[in-house]
Amino acid sequence: MAVLKEVFPVAAEDFVSAGEASAQIKRLLKKLGVDGGVVRRISIASYEAEINLVIHSLGGQMELQVDEKEIVLIVSDVGPGIPNIELAMSEGYSTASDDVRMMGFGAGMGLSNMARNSDEFNIESREGSGTTIRMTFLLS
Amino acid sequence: MKIAEIAKLLDAEILTGEELLDMDILTACSGDMMSDVLAFPKEHMVLLTGLMNPQVMRTCDMLDVRCVVFVRGKKPNEDILELARDYEIAVMTTDCGLYVASGVLYTNGLHARTKGL
Repeated sequence: MAVLKEVFPVAAEDFVSAGEASAQIKRLLKKLGVDGGVVRRISIASYEAEINLVIHSLGGQMELQVDEKEIVLIVSDVGPGIPNIELAMSEGYSTASDDVRMMGFGAGMGLSNMARNSDEFNIESREGSGTTIRMTFLLS
Repeated sequence: MKIAEIAKLLDAEILTGEELLDMDILTACSGDMMSDVLAFPKEHMVLLTGLMNPQVMRTCDMLDVRCVVFVRGKKPNEDILELARDYEIAVMTTDCGLYVASGVLYTNGLHARTKGL
């Protein structure tokens, strides 16, 4: 049973606002009294996910679910989907544009960093329909 | 090393966060790729960068980085400084380049504490 459930929409290509949802999530978790180390791992993972939504997706959302045992972050978008997940997960691989790199992102570390910071990481994607990432962070 | 000492060593101008000058910094990360900074976070870290956009502050907020040094004399605009104030991050600018600024802090005892920094 979820103690808290909240959805944060993320617009495509809105680079100025990118990170606002993650900042809200961070403050929410701190307010709930979640351990600082866990908050930082979730913050890093959610920010990476949010930046990916802004850079690569056609728009999407992040859903935060909190209960006594774990925190789950479900990141979903409406496309365009990832053709080769294994390749996308490898560090250093990126399809980001030069403009995105000029903004300091697109080093090809995002997905692997999400996986590194979460206790469970699952990604599903279908070209043309979208990508869903589910990350679980254990609280004990 | 206190934030005040970092400013002194780099002959930097404090742009915001003077109330944080007494805070202890244990390590540093230098770079313009926020993707890399996010991949190698450490506690009590100062970020040295030549990148100039709001995502620098958002990245720092996520990592609990409380001090940013902009190199090569770069000065962030008011929007970026406003974010820094919201997130309680000290911001300074130095005329040193990234390489020199990093070297000055390193030789004065602010060592990287993990591989990748």
